[in-house]
Amino acid sequence: MADNVTPRVRVPRDASAGDSVSVRTLISHPMESGVRRDGDGNIIPRQIINRFTCEFNGENVIDVTLEPAISTNPYFQFEAIVNETGTFQFTWYDDDGSVYEETADITVS
Amino acid sequence: MDVSRRQFVGTGLVAAAAFFGLPRIASAEALEDAINAFTSGADTASDGITLIAPEIAENGNTVPIEVDAPGAAAIMLLAAGNPSPDVATFNFGPAAGRQSVSTRIRLAGEQEVIAFARMPDGSFKQARQNVRVTIGGCGG
Repeated sequence: MADNVTPRVRVPRDASAGDSVSVRTLISHPMESGVRRDGDGNIIPRQIINRFTCEFNGENVIDVTLEPAISTNPYFQFEAIVNETGTFQFTWYDDDGSVYEETADITVS
Repeated sequence: MDVSRRQFVGTGLVAAAAFFGLPRIASAEALEDAINAFTSGADTASDGITLIAPEIAENGNTVPIEVDAPGAAAIMLLAAGNPSPDVATFNFGPAAGRQSVSTRIRLAGEQEVIAFARMPDGSFKQARQNVRVTIGGCGG
């Protein structure tokens, strides 16, 4: 597991039913690309987050395949339809098998 | 064999470019492979997809990219001049509000960023945008 991996997400606290809400996610992660070399000329092994998913009440919003060309601290902004009060479930999958999770609640009126 | 001076210089330049230039950037074949893996060689339309990227990016390590393809099932991003052309693939689920996503990517140098969208009916759309990069973002 990479050091100091902290997921951060931002969704509106409340919304009207049927609204499309903006979701922003950021996770601190070095996203080591596997093409950089250290001071001795050895390649630093690749370690990136290779997949990110977001679900709302068990329904898929977005499923992203990440490659080494995604920047350090991967950031995504996208939109989700909310029809009822519920929970967003965010999951990040690391190359080394670690899984990072975060949730966010939204009240729909 | 009669080789003119011009031919000789030209051949030398091509050989030098092949020797020094290729290992740093993705080969055209890698790009073709990535495109074919997504579109299966189908024709692409250029309307109905918007790719927003800066014309000049100061730092190639974090280049903000936004792509919007209303109704798309999936969007693939490619960077033609990176060591590997793949950047990311976004698959939209039933709870997606708008088939639009913003992220930040690495670019090794001035190059074209390409977005492909796969529509639910099996057709494809593409958009391209050239980005100039002041400081490359792939280490080395």
